[in-house]
Amino acid sequence: MSTLSIDCRVPLRSFDLQIELEVAGTVALVGPSGAGKTSVLRAVTGLVKPTAGRITLAEEVWFDAAAKISRSPDQRRVGLVFQEYALFPHMTVRQNVAYGGRARVDELLERFRISHLADARPTHLSGGERQRVALARAIARDPGVLLLDEPLSALDAHTKVAVRGELQELLRELGFPTLLVTHDYEDAAALADRVGVIVDGQLRQLASPQELVSRPADVFVASFTGANLLHGVAHRREDDLTVITLASGETVYSTDPGDGEVGVVVYPWEVSVGHAHHVDSALNVIDGEVRSLVHIGNRVRVMIGPITAEVTEASLEKLGLVVGGRAVASFKATGTRLVSSS
Amino acid sequence: MRPPLTRALLGLVFFAAILVAMGFLVLPIVAIFTHVPVTRLIHEFSNPVVTDALVVSLKTIVISQIVILLLGTPTAYFLASRRFPGRSIVVTLVELPIVLPPAVAGLGLIVAFGRYGLLGSTLRFLHIDVSFNQIAVVLAICLVSGPFYIRQAIASFEAVDANLIAASRTLGAGSVRTFFRVTLPLAQGGLAAGEAICMARGLGEFGATIMFAGSLQGRTQTLPLAVYTEFEANIDVALAISALLVVISLAILLSLKATGLWQRARTPLVTGREGA
Repeated sequence: MSTLSIDCRVPLRSFDLQIELEVAGTVALVGPSGAGKTSVLRAVTGLVKPTAGRITLAEEVWFDAAAKISRSPDQRRVGLVFQEYALFPHMTVRQNVAYGGRARVDELLERFRISHLADARPTHLSGGERQRVALARAIARDPGVLLLDEPLSALDAHTKVAVRGELQELLRELGFPTLLVTHDYEDAAALADRVGVIVDGQLRQLASPQELVSRPADVFVASFTGANLLHGVAHRREDDLTVITLASGETVYSTDPGDGEVGVVVYPWEVSVGHAHHVDSALNVIDGEVRSLVHIGNRVRVMIGPITAEVTEASLEKLGLVVGGRAVASFKATGTRLVSSS
Repeated sequence: MRPPLTRALLGLVFFAAILVAMGFLVLPIVAIFTHVPVTRLIHEFSNPVVTDALVVSLKTIVISQIVILLLGTPTAYFLASRRFPGRSIVVTLVELPIVLPPAVAGLGLIVAFGRYGLLGSTLRFLHIDVSFNQIAVVLAICLVSGPFYIRQAIASFEAVDANLIAASRTLGAGSVRTFFRVTLPLAQGGLAAGEAICMARGLGEFGATIMFAGSLQGRTQTLPLAVYTEFEANIDVALAISALLVVISLAILLSLKATGLWQRARTPLVTGREGA
């Protein structure tokens, strides 16, 4: 897989966006709105011209301030999916897809399950359908890199879960570098191999979703990146509880329905830490090695086995936890949420 | 609660105001068709003064509209899509003829393009004579009605979602292809509305034309000029031409309404919005 390499500075209204990033696989940028996420995408596509830096895809130089190279957007092999999809309202679905490239229109309509909508206008489509058209159109252009701007934010909560699953599958299949931006950490963690947290135009931390939760670089990253995401296989029990066998071997219970491969979402502040499990209402108990202790302000992120808990400095002192020692993490089945992860 | 008598009086004043306004607006139109029998109006349509004026009007309006579309569209697109220092001054200058008295526009044309005008010697050198002929009529129509089109065209281009243009570029289309496949099709409704209003205004052009081109039958005498000239010579002819112009104007207005373009033409036209 080729690598998209971004190193650029873009002056924005109240700060400069300054970012250095290598994209191979799927990278998500998360951050509050106005952090400069979309500007990164616009700089990569050439819709915005950085004042300094260099942007390359493998051997192709798209932008180089020092060498005075700046390819126009149509000369960069990018597939950009806009936040509101930006489908051409005066064209049919087929014409929209063909606008990106005529070679594989039928194949793409088929692949994105929009063949039956080929002659429809975008205004008559649902949010999920619009996104599939936008993706098909971007891929018809035969890009070397895929850029997604808030791919799930235009969808209602119900559609979102299904579309996120589809998108995960697609990104894996496509196999070219993908950069997506979102304000929703959960979406980022579900879709990307690596997640970068961006605030005021600065990349605060770039790491795997698990590492962001267990070893956040600062308080902001800690507060923004929220949840543990544990992968496993779910079975629905007769008593309406879902049992998930985690990839790491442990068993976890959830009140959310689910079947097959799922991700279990647990917020670190929902997880209690102790030396031994006392009988209480928490169904989920994970006994493991303390892998890391990270201090953020007056709190501490404790990683026990596969899961990260957040406790106060005072609790840490009381428990006397040390890295390498053992501890028990417990959390309630009602404190978990299941997300699809095929 | 006001006393019933006061309320009744207020209601009366209210409806009287409406009646006066409506009557005032409609009566002159009605009078044109009722002053003499309609058969006499129809009879006058074969009068050479009428047919000559019709030919001059049609010819000059077609040519001027082509000129306005060809020169005005790129100008409007440029002003809509670029932000540069002094842009609002340029836009205001383009809009100025809309509020300028046509007589002033006519005088301006004389001192700019006339025999002794700013460009007079240049035009003479090129053997182009632009006073008191149909070129002069076309220039007068372009100056007075062109800004109506350009102004609406700027608003129409500005209304095209910038993300759609950006999407086109990222999908591999250059700026020319983007203009013809995305920008123009999405702006065309507004452009058509602007063009129709511009044409209606051009068809009625009087002041600038009579000053710069004169009123020579068969050469520069357009329909409105013929109305003015024939008003003293033969009122029947003037009425016949007026009736014709009422019908044409009504046809333009109705066709705009039927296609929904009239509503578009009423979208706020103020330009000078900040680019996102």
